Amino acid sequence: MSKVTTSFEESVRSIKDGDTVIVGGFGLSGIPENTIKALAEQGTKNLTVVSNNCGVDDWGLGLLLQNKQIKKMIASYVGENKTFEAQYLSGELEVELVPQGTLAERIRAGGAGIRGFYTPTGVGTPIAEGKEHKEFNGKMCLLEEAITGDVALVKAWKGDTFGNLVYRYTARNFNPIAAAAGQHTIAEVEELVEPGDIDPNYVHTPGIYVQNIIKGEAFEKRIEKLTVRQA
Amino acid sequence: MRMSNARENIISRAVQEVEDGMNVNLGIGMPTLIADRIPATKSVFLHSENGLLGIGHYPLAGEEDADLINAGKETVTAKKGASCFDNAESFGMIRGGHIDLAILGGMEVSETGDLANWMIPGKMVKGMGGAMDIVQGAKKVVIIMNHVNKQGQSKVKSRCELPLTGSNVVDRLITDMAVFDFTDKGMVLKEILPGADLESVRAHTEASFQVDKAVYLKEEA
Repeated sequence: MSKVTTSFEESVRSIKDGDTVIVGGFGLSGIPENTIKALAEQGTKNLTVVSNNCGVDDWGLGLLLQNKQIKKMIASYVGENKTFEAQYLSGELEVELVPQGTLAERIRAGGAGIRGFYTPTGVGTPIAEGKEHKEFNGKMCLLEEAITGDVALVKAWKGDTFGNLVYRYTARNFNPIAAAAGQHTIAEVEELVEPGDIDPNYVHTPGIYVQNIIKGEAFEKRIEKLTVRQA
Repeated sequence: MRMSNARENIISRAVQEVEDGMNVNLGIGMPTLIADRIPATKSVFLHSENGLLGIGHYPLAGEEDADLINAGKETVTAKKGASCFDNAESFGMIRGGHIDLAILGGMEVSETGDLANWMIPGKMVKGMGGAMDIVQGAKKVVIIMNHVNKQGQSKVKSRCELPLTGSNVVDRLITDMAVFDFTDKGMVLKEILPGADLESVRAHTEASFQVDKAVYLKEEA
């Protein structure tokens, strides 16, 4: 059975109302932009979205917010989005803020079959409320639970038809852990190659985690904060 | 960009925390400005929590790359010897105690080394990002902030009023007036910065603190 599809419309058909969707990316870098657009067009509702950020008003996950497709957002930082703020303040959008390292580890644990773990992050802060505490060698820690997704949407630089993926620079970010934590993972790539074209030594995400791979025809790859130096 | 005296005081003192051979995480905002001030004689790897160890200069115009950004989402470059990794590994580095130094901004610091820097009740909460992990995991946590707020009230307090980012996590506080260390014996004034004196530091600090001998010697000189 081939993992390759050729239309994003077809790829996102596996995403259903009420699904938990883990989405790779950090800010607008390394987001599966074409898959998100297709999901916005499909209009699937009541989604729980797990992603470090929530895009900007008119791009990335912001498109799903504008369509009111997201019921709950699990993220570490959501400061760049006015639609988010409006929906949060009106009570339409449920939000769970998670420290970035805890979010990453919860997703990693989900993909690796670890149900929960103890971490010192957040002890003594509002996020510790109601969580089980335990001391290890004098260091107080709290219990955090794994996150898995019905679906994961990831973006890679290169992929082969078996789903082996290679990322580029910091566009890797949450993508590898998202890929492993999704029951059905859709990988969007800039370049789709044949098995054997990627040296096994340089595979970042083994194809076992990827159920569907698709090549994006065009990528906007928006830059959130262009910063340059003088020559 | 012309810096205010307060900001210049803080940054020029904070850069002295960075030692040769260190792996350093600089927070978003004022701490990021420290990067450009690290002398070329020091070999330092700057860590960005989105998965880069070895942040280089900002790119030249036209050479920016959407796939290469720092934690503040600014376009950057990777220096020679840099490495890229995913966010779980990045925070493993942080929590695992592999980052020698983190310099972050603050809203309030208490005399017991508590830090508040992520939310103001009643205002839209943007999220803590990686701050709660970094203050728990870095070997040394240095907070930089103005000594007083816009209303002139002390941000160096007996207890933080704002929700915490971490409890008993600050090793050193650098303000535009002074440098404090947090020890088993409490908060200690270590240095007074240009433009301030012991009297003005006392007047603008709500927290109780001890004064290091070296400070008295300098005051007398």
